[in-house]
Amino acid sequence: MTDIASAPKVVLSVEELRVDLVPAGEKPIVRNINFQVMEGETVCIVGESGSGKSVTSMAVMGLLPKGSLAVTGGRILLDGEDITRVSATRMRELRAAGVAMVFQEPMTALNPVQRVGEQIDEVLRLHRKWSSAERKKSVLDMLERVHLPDVQRIYRSYPHQLSGGQRQRIVIAMALILRPRLLLADEPTTALDVTTQKQILRLIRELQDEERTAVVFVTHDFGVVSEIADRIVVMNRGELVETGSCDKILSDPADDYTRMLVSSVPSLIPRCGPIEKTPKVLDVVGLSKTYGKKGFGKSGNLVHAANGVNFTVRKGEITGIIGESGSGKSTVARCVIRLTDPSEGAVLVNGNDIASTNNLKAVRKKVQYIFQDPYRSLNPRRTIAQSLMEGLVNYGMADAEAYAKAAETLELVGLPAGVMGRYPHQFSGGQRQRIAIARALVMKPDLLIADEAVSALDVSVQAQVLDLFETIRKRTGIAVLFITHDLRVAAQICNSIVVMQRGQVVEAGTAADVLSAPQHPYTQTLIAAAPAPGWDFQNFRPSRAV
Amino acid sequence: MTTPTLTEPSVPAQDLPEMTTVPETGTVKATLRAVFSTWAARISLIVVVLIVAMALLAPWLGTQDPVQIAPGERLQGSSLAHFLGTDSYGRDVYSRVAYGARISLAVGAGTVVISVLLGIFFGVLTGYFRWADLIVMRFMDGLMAIPGILLAIALVAISGATLTTVLIAIAVPEIPRVARMVRAVILGVRTEPYVEAATCLGTGIWAMVWRHLLPSTLAPLLVQGTYIFASAIMTESILSFLGAGIPPETPSWGNMMAEGRVYFLLKPELILYPGVMVSLTVLSVNMLGDVLRDQLDPRMAKRL
Amino acid sequence: MGVFILKRLLSAVPVLFMVAVIVFLVLRLSPGDPAVMIAGPNATPDQLAALRDAMGLNEPLLTQLFVWLGQILSGDFGVSLVSGQPVTHLIMDRFGPTLSLSIVTLIIAVVVAIPLGVVAAWQQGKLLDRLVMAGSVLGFSVPVFIIGYTMILIFARILGWFPVQGYKPLSDGFGEFAIRLVLPAVSLSFPYIALIARIVRTNVIEVMNEDYIRTARAKGLTERGVLMGHALGNAAVPIITIIGVSIAMLIGGVVVTESVFNIPGLGRLVLEAVLARDYTVIQSVILLFSTIYVFINLVVDLLYSLFDPRIRY
Repeated sequence: MTDIASAPKVVLSVEELRVDLVPAGEKPIVRNINFQVMEGETVCIVGESGSGKSVTSMAVMGLLPKGSLAVTGGRILLDGEDITRVSATRMRELRAAGVAMVFQEPMTALNPVQRVGEQIDEVLRLHRKWSSAERKKSVLDMLERVHLPDVQRIYRSYPHQLSGGQRQRIVIAMALILRPRLLLADEPTTALDVTTQKQILRLIRELQDEERTAVVFVTHDFGVVSEIADRIVVMNRGELVETGSCDKILSDPADDYTRMLVSSVPSLIPRCGPIEKTPKVLDVVGLSKTYGKKGFGKSGNLVHAANGVNFTVRKGEITGIIGESGSGKSTVARCVIRLTDPSEGAVLVNGNDIASTNNLKAVRKKVQYIFQDPYRSLNPRRTIAQSLMEGLVNYGMADAEAYAKAAETLELVGLPAGVMGRYPHQFSGGQRQRIAIARALVMKPDLLIADEAVSALDVSVQAQVLDLFETIRKRTGIAVLFITHDLRVAAQICNSIVVMQRGQVVEAGTAADVLSAPQHPYTQTLIAAAPAPGWDFQNFRPSRAV
Repeated sequence: MTTPTLTEPSVPAQDLPEMTTVPETGTVKATLRAVFSTWAARISLIVVVLIVAMALLAPWLGTQDPVQIAPGERLQGSSLAHFLGTDSYGRDVYSRVAYGARISLAVGAGTVVISVLLGIFFGVLTGYFRWADLIVMRFMDGLMAIPGILLAIALVAISGATLTTVLIAIAVPEIPRVARMVRAVILGVRTEPYVEAATCLGTGIWAMVWRHLLPSTLAPLLVQGTYIFASAIMTESILSFLGAGIPPETPSWGNMMAEGRVYFLLKPELILYPGVMVSLTVLSVNMLGDVLRDQLDPRMAKRL
Repeated sequence: MGVFILKRLLSAVPVLFMVAVIVFLVLRLSPGDPAVMIAGPNATPDQLAALRDAMGLNEPLLTQLFVWLGQILSGDFGVSLVSGQPVTHLIMDRFGPTLSLSIVTLIIAVVVAIPLGVVAAWQQGKLLDRLVMAGSVLGFSVPVFIIGYTMILIFARILGWFPVQGYKPLSDGFGEFAIRLVLPAVSLSFPYIALIARIVRTNVIEVMNEDYIRTARAKGLTERGVLMGHALGNAAVPIITIIGVSIAMLIGGVVVTESVFNIPGLGRLVLEAVLARDYTVIQSVILLFSTIYVFINLVVDLLYSLFDPRIRY
């Protein structure tokens, strides 16, 4: 890695940084931030949503939204030059040439109406007085360096013609083509699948080593942190909690908040044993779903979102379906509750095939669904009581009785019944997800489908909601179909696991078998790509099982 | 507040007090507050209130009979007897302006009621019931392709000039625009997780429309309704001006301008007085629409 | 692309069919007997019956509709009930003035509105922006004929720079043609300037909040470079849409403006026809305008793909 011995040069030094709202609010958004980044070093800024980590990185880039946020104190030294005080012209010179940035959303970070080659070329046009031939050669070289295939074609492509991973490579090429001293990466892999994430992380490391670039990597994901960080800066609610070397923070954090944060990261070691004796609540047999029009010129243009899928969920069992985006896992889940109509196969709930029934009302009494986004799954115009009672009232229960049951269930998920009259916007994401879970549970379903139900939550909240699932399963013996892309979450909660790839089940079995001794190459790739497979975050030590 | 929870003592206690008073944009209170928050909005509101008051209180505002012809007093200038002078039939211009507000406001309100109600009906029909979409939207496309003014002129000319005909003629071309907007909102909302969640809870079609779909069209409808109100007043004046509006003897701003055309070079104020009233009314209502739009949904700005 | 144009042309057929049906129904189902209107109140019942028969009004409604549609498809738009001239001739005679007025108005509107909108977006919230926005609300709150008369009063009557009213075709010389078009075109362009400037402003502001604008800033581009190089291109599609809508709306404004400035165009033709209850002319002109509207929409759709590579047909 980096050569620490030969007196490393400080590239970025943030001193007593304070960022405030314009006009100033009660408390600065970010305050008293101090850290340094050396040549060739990777510093990770870690924190949950609202910690101020992204604001800090935007401040370094001089890109705080004008008129709403401003640096009101402290210094940001880039190679000794305080960029909070330089002129606008000097700041523009420094951008891309001195400090470059890679953003979270590769889907929206590129101008959709311009060819990607021209977008990279623009950086050179702005900062170098080269001929167009020189520039073109330089761009093509850079495209090669970020390992894109067929660079001539890529140069001429528009962003929408490229995959997410390819676009992120373009953004990285754009950021690094001028060999900046400092690279700021704000959650650059969060929107990507794990296998792509691994490649992008490797690419950043590779280019960093060639140029001895200093890297500031903003992320919420401790898995990623443990893979790439030399040092870690932990932030919470606008304040710096703790800084230290990667090892120190992961194995012996000094601060309580850091301890809580690190120990909330689920480990990859399966915790739950198989459940085999109880009756089958859900039996999916040969389920297929195809999209696409038949006929009209182009035949054979069908998409098999799910193809011959088989699995079961028993009473008291949590079965996970894991897979990357496009694997068809959500399609399967939606077919089970008939939000989507399956094309073929049978879905047996308590032994009754619901795949083609017209009595959907009966199906939905037995099966309930929890959605990924807690901010959009509750009607913002209805009170919590109205949302919770809706299902019961639909099935003919009197209002008073429904209200009592709703209150009871709300307490079951850990919220006081006193909040029944409030509206969703008065709750945090984690609390909303609890309400959504209560709304499903109040129906007393036999089967609960959780579609990425914890994916949008911060890691500490995620841990609490996972605990809640575990508790509910123990108390009610409900069967749960748990859809997730996150192997760690699956390891935490699932008894058995189904791995899907391109609409097909490639491997299924107990959680222990699938995660510890994967048979199918795709499962093996997924597990290998999961960041930090060898670290047991909950116990602050390397995991012995792997 | 701190009811002990069965499952999890670990709910971060500090989260709960935070829930108390988060203001939400889009609530009735917040909207009203915003409407009164800028000068432009306040002035517009005052102007609209004044015009409504003028319409309601016209007989008590020192007016004379607006249709009383006095051939001996034709085309007089301003005087104490006639604040704004008289027109070519010797009628009192000030009184006609005051009474004209009634017609304009009635046309505005009537158009809004007709076009919004029918627009909601067709919008829900096409947005939620896919089978209706193909037929109804083709019809709506056809209706939208016909220039509204021409359709209105033709309707009035053929069916005869009455207030009802004018209302229908102005409202009909607006229906497809309302229907399209309602349809677009419903198409957007019906894939929202909370609507799918309601489906999973066994919510039936009508309950779904009433509880989850219609409420989200309210804010955009309020804004669009305001704009329709303004544009209806404008269209009425154009129709009357072209001679295809409400009966010529009725004191309306459009009719006054139509009659003033002949004497325009001689006495331009005969057109300008009612013209200023139309402009002022339309302007104020449009400004209110802008404030409502900015407050209720910034994204709607795109649709104008 | 070819396939797309074909599909789009085909999809225009049902819309135009609907237009024809609506126009037909409006004219035939409205209270009021066309025969009475044409023959006048003093006609005897025998005369009326004969007239109805001659006009085909005694046939079932559906038959009348299809007879009429058949005639249109064969290019026969009938003859004016008033003058007896073929409708096609009447329309051709009046097409030139309307076309000139519309084109000049549109050019003025686009040339003025786009810079105004961009400047307002750039200066968002500042004085200039407020002025442009206030002007734009004013622009479509004042009836076109008021603007027209005011301009006549100031520029023709008081200053005497332009003739008060009238129209001369281009064949009478460009100067004569142009000087008579200035006032009508300028006054008609007001609401469209307002409309287009607003849409430009809103969309440029919206685009300026996109992630790729942040990327462009991170490259070290100036705000001006960001605006010209990245924001305008991305705001192009809604701007083209609103220009298309404006063309469609122009048709309504033309009727009024031609009436104010005494221009012998299609707007005046349709007004004369309405006042004389000349059904065949009304039908045909409405159908013509609707067809133009549908084809403008088609052109707008095709233009999208020029500005946005994601839209491919």
